[in-house]
Amino acid sequence: MTRATRCTLALALATTTALAAGTLARAQTPARYGLGRPATPDEIRARDIDVMPDGRGLPQGRGTVAEGAAVYAAKCASCHGANGEGASAERLVGRNDGDSFAFATNPKLVRTVGSYWPYASTLFDYTQRAMPFQRPGTLTPNETYGLVAYLLFQNGIVKEDAVMDQATLPKVVMPAHGKFVVDDRKGGRTVK
Amino acid sequence: MKSSRISRRQALAAGTAGVVGAALPASAAQNPDTTRVQGPPGREIGARSPFEKPARTAFSPARTATFTPLQDLDGIITPSDLHFERHHGGVPAVDPQQYSLLIHGMVERPTIFTLAELKRFPGKSMIRFIECSGNGGRAYRLTTATAELTPQQTDGLTSTSEWTGVPLATLLREVGASPKARWLLAEGMDAAVMTRSVPIEMANDDALIAYGQNGEALRPEQGYPVRLMLPGVEGNASVKWLRRIEVADQPFMTREETSKYTDPLPDGTARMFSLVMDAKSLITEPSFPDKLEGHGWCEVRGLAWSGRGRITRVEVSTDGGNTWQNATLDEPVLPKCHTRFRLPWQWSGGEAVLMSRATDETGYVQPTTAELMKVRGPNTQYHFNNIRAWQVGADGVVRLVGGAA
Repeated sequence: MTRATRCTLALALATTTALAAGTLARAQTPARYGLGRPATPDEIRARDIDVMPDGRGLPQGRGTVAEGAAVYAAKCASCHGANGEGASAERLVGRNDGDSFAFATNPKLVRTVGSYWPYASTLFDYTQRAMPFQRPGTLTPNETYGLVAYLLFQNGIVKEDAVMDQATLPKVVMPAHGKFVVDDRKGGRTVK
Repeated sequence: MKSSRISRRQALAAGTAGVVGAALPASAAQNPDTTRVQGPPGREIGARSPFEKPARTAFSPARTATFTPLQDLDGIITPSDLHFERHHGGVPAVDPQQYSLLIHGMVERPTIFTLAELKRFPGKSMIRFIECSGNGGRAYRLTTATAELTPQQTDGLTSTSEWTGVPLATLLREVGASPKARWLLAEGMDAAVMTRSVPIEMANDDALIAYGQNGEALRPEQGYPVRLMLPGVEGNASVKWLRRIEVADQPFMTREETSKYTDPLPDGTARMFSLVMDAKSLITEPSFPDKLEGHGWCEVRGLAWSGRGRITRVEVSTDGGNTWQNATLDEPVLPKCHTRFRLPWQWSGGEAVLMSRATDETGYVQPTTAELMKVRGPNTQYHFNNIRAWQVGADGVVRLVGGAA
């Protein structure tokens, strides 16, 4: 049925109902409009690429620090620097003295995965969805696990023999974890 | 559009806008008496007068953002081709025939909607601003006494359009979102596959799945064919080129809500999900690169807006904040929308400092730079709604005032 025909039919039905009830015709708001079609599990899988802090969404696979170092050198170093020190793209590696979190007042602090990112899951999620910048979305799960292992090692968060997979990645506790607070601004007279 | 007493210095204007306009029509140049010659016939697509050359400008080589020429505009609606843009992976070319939106997660019926199906739902239009949360950083960080910066350069990442679409709440009802749902993920189909988590209360409030902008389809830079529109919220959360919404019990902690778009505070914590844009105002005229031509009357004009509702008052000072007068607010004054304010002003010829200060319906008053810096610190990255000041020199030249105004 064409769009025009269906709309006309719906209008006719609504008008008839309203007249029968002897009331003014008013737009009805049904619980559902019956539009759209069910999404199949395959269709959902094809788009559902996100990874949550508790590990939900992590794919099968694994990667080591050494494997990640090789991937990093081949696909990341040209923009982020040979050791994650930053180049045309942002710095990824580095910690601040005492893991200082005085970012609001001290412009000398380095903002990196190791110093500012609160969840390791974010590193997996973002790398897999948006990197490498010129060929986004082309890394395999194993490559991404390896890159996460390598960058966490470079930031002094995991040991050199670390392996990242569905079980180990959600257990990583980032130095910035617990530093974040939920927005408490609510308008009114106080500037926050 | 410009007041007759204010001239825009030509050299700079050309430098800012770039040479985008065509040369003047030969007839206009050669025969200025338009009553003596028939004009051209109608055409399918209108164009600006060749005398008007407003343009968005990118201020970084990567061109990941272009800024709206606020100083060249009046009223509250931003022409769609001048609406600011900010993206994290370029502007994708999306075929509307291939487009679909998936809603899944904590829902009874995971569903795929085509564009045509989205348009069949009862729609809604609303005039609302979008502002990038990084807007104004250049003015906040200014350390010199004055600077030759335009409103476009300091604050051009805000624009207002009439947005048309289907309320997100309608779609969440349609798919049977769980009463236990607390957050949803909005995901784009750009090369960044941009993602933000949105609180379910915000989604059920006034959020729109928008397909229209100022009476026509969204512009590609604004998310064609479909974007999320979260009124009053920092722009990046209104995910463009929207392909997926996942309903969940927790936030997803994506890169754009942890590593970016968070606000370190002087107490050594960092605020996250600081989504709402606080009240702000900005004088757009006179501003750099204007030069006041001669003493006498002109009109101080600008924009005010708040992510928390309506603007209730805009005060203007012409003496650096010593005294303030209420400006007139043009109708309509809409919630979460640019509001145009005006104040006639008689320039006596001496040096003057022009400032504006907005108040919104929650009673929030736009802070001074010093007040904002005290609670946020000098190195904060987003939400720069501090008061702007413009110095009018004795020679009529207008410049942005730096430091703690």
